Amino acid sequence: MTTHTGPHPTRRLILQGAASVALIGLGNLPFAPARAAANDKYPEEAFKLKNEADAIKALYGKTAEPSDKIKLDAPEIAENGGVVPISVTTTLDKVTSISFFVAENPNALAASYKIPDGTIPAVANRLKMAKTSSVTAIVEADGKLYSATKEVKVTVGGCGG
Amino acid sequence: MASSIRVRATSNGDITEVQTLIQHPMDTGLVKDAKGELIPAHYIQELKFACNGKDVFVANWGTAISKDPYVKFSFKSAKKGDDLKISWTDNKGGSDETTAKIA
Repeated sequence: MTTHTGPHPTRRLILQGAASVALIGLGNLPFAPARAAANDKYPEEAFKLKNEADAIKALYGKTAEPSDKIKLDAPEIAENGGVVPISVTTTLDKVTSISFFVAENPNALAASYKIPDGTIPAVANRLKMAKTSSVTAIVEADGKLYSATKEVKVTVGGCGG
Repeated sequence: MASSIRVRATSNGDITEVQTLIQHPMDTGLVKDAKGELIPAHYIQELKFACNGKDVFVANWGTAISKDPYVKFSFKSAKKGDDLKISWTDNKGGSDETTAKIA
């Protein structure tokens, strides 16, 4: 009797274990991109999305409200869309991340920066822009999202041949 | 091989300003070469700055970052002479790292 039942519970346990692992894995999927912003993980999915709103949602899992405490510095007209200097500073408190989105690019999300405690919430970088588009900076501060947007005219695109 | 990372980290008392230039093609995967063949995407995905064993700045990048990327940021509580470690990895598994002294 024991020789028959012996192996079964262990096998069942292993199977159950495997099933629950699979379930946990599936259950986590929808939240994975949202947590990616807080984690060290590279937010692969958010970078693949074409639409700006979708990318913001995939990265943060929520929507942003405009804030005048964010200063987005970008040229009115960019002669070379391949190199558009864009910087952002903010007076918001408890900033944990800053991201840049270019609405008309093939993929809206351009860059996402993690701002740990002790780092000044200000970033300057250079982006490629396919054509004239709005550029949005999203600042995550104290768990909330704030945004600032500016239109940049591009005379020569930076994403095509 | 010379490092792909050029960095200038300067401290003015409390705040350290870091300017970084990296040599990288940052190919989007959308551009064709002279023969009309697509150049595959090749871009830096993650760039990390660590000082005194703590990450002070982490960049996640897509293809919309310009070729030979530039980035500037500032952080607190480091002093002159501290080491700043910079490392990046790209989508093809390439990577590089360097250490700069804060001046």
